Amino acid sequence: MYFLYLLLVIAVGVSFIADRGKTYRAIKIAFKKFVKILPAFAAMLVLVSIILALVPDSLILHYLGKGKMFEGVLMASFFGSITLLPGFIAFPLCGILLKKGVTYTVISAFTTTLMMVGFVTFPIEKKYFGGKVTIIRNVLSLFIALIVAVITGIFFGEILR
Amino acid sequence: MKYAKAAGFIAYSFFLVFSFLKGFEPGKKMAFDLGYFSLEMAKILPPAFILIGLFEVWVKKETIEKHFGKESGLKGHVGGILLAGTTVGGLYVAFPVAYSLYSKGADIGVIFTYIAASAICRVPMTIFEASFLGIKFSIIRLLVSIPLVIFSSMLLGKYLTSRNYRIRDGE
Repeated sequence: MYFLYLLLVIAVGVSFIADRGKTYRAIKIAFKKFVKILPAFAAMLVLVSIILALVPDSLILHYLGKGKMFEGVLMASFFGSITLLPGFIAFPLCGILLKKGVTYTVISAFTTTLMMVGFVTFPIEKKYFGGKVTIIRNVLSLFIALIVAVITGIFFGEILR
Repeated sequence: MKYAKAAGFIAYSFFLVFSFLKGFEPGKKMAFDLGYFSLEMAKILPPAFILIGLFEVWVKKETIEKHFGKESGLKGHVGGILLAGTTVGGLYVAFPVAYSLYSKGADIGVIFTYIAASAICRVPMTIFEASFLGIKFSIIRLLVSIPLVIFSSMLLGKYLTSRNYRIRDGE
C-alpha cells in the first residue's frame, strides 16, 4: 500500500516539475474518470456489505470444513465467486481451513475464484466490458480455477490417478 | 433505470440507519463492512486514478503499442503479467487501468491477461498467501494458472476482435 503512495508522490512530483500544465490535466482526467465510475463502485460496496453479512467467515468455515472433496470444491467455488475478501482476511481463513484438514484442492478452488471471479465486481466490470463479456470472462475464470484446483490436488497427492 | 438505482441506494441507507436504531445486528454489520470497505477504496482509488491520469497525458501510444499491442505477441502478455504484479488492490482497480492501456493501443488479449494477473499474480499478496499455505501451493497455483490465463485471454481476444468489440470508458 505504501508503495502506491510512494509511487504517487514521485510520479506527481516529477510530472509537476516537468510540465505543470500536463500535471493539472492529468489530475482533471483522473477526477472525471473517478466520478464517472463512482456509482458502479458504490453498487459494488453495497453488494459486498450484503454478501459479507449473508456469508460470514463462520459459514464458509462450516461448509468448507466438512472435508469432502467434490462438494467442497463446488462450495468453495461458489463462495469464492460471490465474495470479495481482502487478502489479509482470506488467507488467514485459509490457514484455519488447512488446520481443520481441508484439502489443498478445495482451498485452491476457493482462493482462485475469490480473486478471479467477481460477482460483486460485476457492476464495475460491466461498465467497461459490457454484460456479455463480463460473464464470459468470469465463467472462463471459474473453469481456470477448477483446473488449477484439480492439478493442485494431484500435486499434493489428494487426487490419485 | 438510473432512478431505480438511486432509489435502491436510498432504501439501503434507510435500512442501515434503521438497523442501528432497532439494534438489528446483521444490518449493523453491513453498515460497518460498508464503511470499512469504503475506507479501503478511498485509500486506493484516488491515487490509482491520479496515476492513470498521469499515464494518459505522459505515455505515448507508440510505447504501449510496442510493448502491449497486437504485434507484441507473447511478450505483451508477459508484460501484462509483470505490470499486474505491482498493481495494488486487485480486480476493481485493474478495470480502469486496463481501459487506459487499451485506449493507448494495448491488444485486447493482453488486457484480459493483465486483468486476470492483477487478480492472482500480485507480488505482496502472493507472498502473504505463501506464508499461510506454503510456497509449494503458491508456485503450483501460479505455474498452472498463468499459461491458462494467457491461452484463454488470447482466444477471447481473437474472438472479440473478429467481432469488432470495443471496451468502453466506464459508461
